[in-house]
Amino acid sequence: MSRSVGWESTFNQIAEVLNQYVERGEQVLLHLVAEESQFTRFNRGRVRQTGQVSDGQLELTLIGSGRVCDRILPFTGDKETDWPLIAAALVEARQELPQLPEDPFLVTPRGAATSREEYPGQILEAAAVPEAILAPLTGTDSAGLYAGGRCIRGYADSLGQLHWFETETFTLDYSLFTADGQAVKEVLAGNYWDAAQYERQIETCRQFLGLMGRSPKAVPRGQYRTYLAPAAVADLLSMFSWGGISEAALRRSGGALRALQQNERQLSPKFHLRENFGRGLVPRFNQWGEVAPTELPLIASGELVNTLISSRTAQEYGLVSNYAVTAEHLRAPEVSPGTLNEADILKQLDTGLYVSNLHYLNWSDQPKGRVTGMTRYACFWVEQGEIVAPIQNLRFDESLYRCFGDCLVDLTQSVVCVPEVGSYEHRALGGAWVPGVLVDEFTYTL
Amino acid sequence: MSIGFGSDKTLASLARVLEGIDLPADWIGIRGVRESITRRMMRDGHPEDNMRSLDQGAMVEVLAHGQFGYAATNRLTPEALRAAAVAAYQQAVAASALRLHSFSVEARPPVVGQYYSPQQQPLDGLSPAELCELLSKICRELKVSEQIMQTNATAIANQTESWFVSSNGSEVYQQLALLETHFSATAQSGSVVQTRTNNGYLAHSYQGGWELFPQAALWEQIDRVAHQALELLTAEECPTETSTLVLAPDQMMLQIHESVGHPLELDRILGDERNYAGGSFVKPTDFGQLAYGSPLMNITFDPTVAGEFASYAYDDTGAPATRQHLIRQGRLERGLGSLESQARLGVEGVACARASSWNRPAIDRMANINLEPGETSLADLIGSIERGVFMETNRSWSIDDQRYKFQFGCEYGHLIENGELTRPVRNPNYRATTPDFWHSLVQVGDRNTWEMYGTPYCGKGEPNQVIRVGHAAPVCAFENVEVFGGAQ
Repeated sequence: MSRSVGWESTFNQIAEVLNQYVERGEQVLLHLVAEESQFTRFNRGRVRQTGQVSDGQLELTLIGSGRVCDRILPFTGDKETDWPLIAAALVEARQELPQLPEDPFLVTPRGAATSREEYPGQILEAAAVPEAILAPLTGTDSAGLYAGGRCIRGYADSLGQLHWFETETFTLDYSLFTADGQAVKEVLAGNYWDAAQYERQIETCRQFLGLMGRSPKAVPRGQYRTYLAPAAVADLLSMFSWGGISEAALRRSGGALRALQQNERQLSPKFHLRENFGRGLVPRFNQWGEVAPTELPLIASGELVNTLISSRTAQEYGLVSNYAVTAEHLRAPEVSPGTLNEADILKQLDTGLYVSNLHYLNWSDQPKGRVTGMTRYACFWVEQGEIVAPIQNLRFDESLYRCFGDCLVDLTQSVVCVPEVGSYEHRALGGAWVPGVLVDEFTYTL
Repeated sequence: MSIGFGSDKTLASLARVLEGIDLPADWIGIRGVRESITRRMMRDGHPEDNMRSLDQGAMVEVLAHGQFGYAATNRLTPEALRAAAVAAYQQAVAASALRLHSFSVEARPPVVGQYYSPQQQPLDGLSPAELCELLSKICRELKVSEQIMQTNATAIANQTESWFVSSNGSEVYQQLALLETHFSATAQSGSVVQTRTNNGYLAHSYQGGWELFPQAALWEQIDRVAHQALELLTAEECPTETSTLVLAPDQMMLQIHESVGHPLELDRILGDERNYAGGSFVKPTDFGQLAYGSPLMNITFDPTVAGEFASYAYDDTGAPATRQHLIRQGRLERGLGSLESQARLGVEGVACARASSWNRPAIDRMANINLEPGETSLADLIGSIERGVFMETNRSWSIDDQRYKFQFGCEYGHLIENGELTRPVRNPNYRATTPDFWHSLVQVGDRNTWEMYGTPYCGKGEPNQVIRVGHAAPVCAFENVEVFGGAQ
């Protein structure tokens, strides 16, 4: 991607100019999300769609008289274009504010923190993407998406807080298929394109794919000892972000970890979860410019030691904020490793299911922490420590309290990063650091 | 100088930009989109969100050497759009040697036309103060008991305009007025927590203005939602049994969406979606052949329904949109596929190439997918069932990547005993496989039971896109379905 847009300098200039327009008793916050991205989608090992997107959205928040309203505007990085829209939005917001009810849980920014993080990369030039991605896949039936380029998050407010996070990254999310639709899925991500690493990964996929040439085994519904590979664990962990570990969700009923919080249910003493921003994949600041602690333990030895508390939730319930974002979802989750040697996974599984990925999770009974979803991609029936055959996809319906609690046997000795590859509205950042997990009596229903 | 999106000269301005692009391309198109949204949310009568947004930008698409390339930018100057055209052309050329299919300009037919949503009262017809007071009042009315722990009310007004010009003469303008509303009550008694909504989160999503909300029945609906949330606290768990399942139209919406709409998308059948949303159990040879469900099943793709959420006159590639039967009397007739997918697969499709906004390429998408009504009254339908469960309002959904095995949960249920709705049940869930389920369709309600809903949150595509869909259906009955309740 060309570096044609002066996102940072324009953002800083606008923040500075805007502060001159702020009136007594007002506070103004700016939050920027921007990207310059290359997207190349492929199917059957050939290019399906390819293009570039340059996009920026600026959220302007006006606070005054105990009230707050937001305006979201295009941000092009060109001050001459952006400033008139922003100035008009400020005027409009100022006119609207008195019409709104007072907000008893209003969060006003404090302090004068500043930060700047930039992670330059060395990724593929746009014209090189098709050949670099597809040549190593020659002879395979493959589908996926390469997404790469600059991603930006910025924050500024009328108190003088200023944060900038910029990273140049790529994600390559792809699957290789057998003739009858069995698949291996992989993700490659980072700041540097490493062709050799990609080729090694594909070679491993090809070997895995060979195992799936055998006829799929139809496994009847029931409870089976199951190894959940890291990608599957990351999917289950994502449910913690969907009404799981949010303090607001727990306070307002229905939060899945409420029984854990109230000591009605336990998780395994082997299960530890924390937020760890130390890896630098995502910004630590939130939409109020607050900077989260580098590490925040959430579940330690199976006990809930912290929930995610935004300043708004803290304001409402008289708590201390740990600077979560408004939605109180995990931003930099990390599950601690266990003692299961990766080389012994099949041996320790003995007889049961090796599940590489899960798909389409949803609560089937949220207050009880019960989740349903499907197995997907490279899932195998294992007997006496040997892979026997790929399986036909199975529906599971199981509680987090059993999976990470009563039924958790062990976690692998190492953790891996399962990168975020989502691109709704804009490319997502970060990922989950998780081990594989061995579970007894995982419940499959269809 | 920027292109003035929103003026009556926008199409002409984009056409002039197009004329100024000098590239050896077979076809060039520019699609501009401007979306203005006002979102107001109240929780327990307190403001949660008062937001107005403007998003605008343009996608330039170029066909060269049989390959489309695109470049999207929110810089709306002629220079930026011309630069985007060059970038799009370079994309097409770079990929052409590895293209999946050699497209021709027939995938972008020339078309001239306009479309406007029906609208009586403009979307800015209520002041911020009036709307906040209305939402606050809804919260207050929902609080019918101390056991109601949380109330929510939301209204989202959206005006989207799009302009499409192309080198082969297309000039299309479409203006959508969209209103999405929602309210809910969450009740708690000890460890039992139950939420009831007005037909699901933002299920009341339609094209139109403020005439859609509030309506006369609003306050009755609020009272019903609040009391049903309380009712669920003491309701028994949904039984675990194989039973006759009756689904209300607000759950049929999800059932149709997941187990008919998505499996019929031609890009899934072609494999484009396999790495993300998945493929389909439907094979190319099934069109014209497959008995998808019982003879009572009639499904249409219908972007012409006035007020339905995903109505339009032209898709995002310029294909004119018309009503088409996808499934007639249970037999599969055609798929949900754009001109591109039709060219690739060689089967009939519909005008369904849609993009979530200016910054995403068009892909195969549902619009309004409706189940046509039958002839059975609700009283006769229920009266004929000796034992069953009537379920309303989706709250949980999951289906496999071939759209085959699914499990859905609902907010609210009733037992059907000896031809009558009797006791309410909580945590009603059901699971089945798609073909078996649709073949078990034994009764379809008449026009009086037919209701229309929509959702702004259908996710698909790489890069990801969330898009609006509409679904309308009557009450339906299915035999021998596995139903069950919550966790022990």
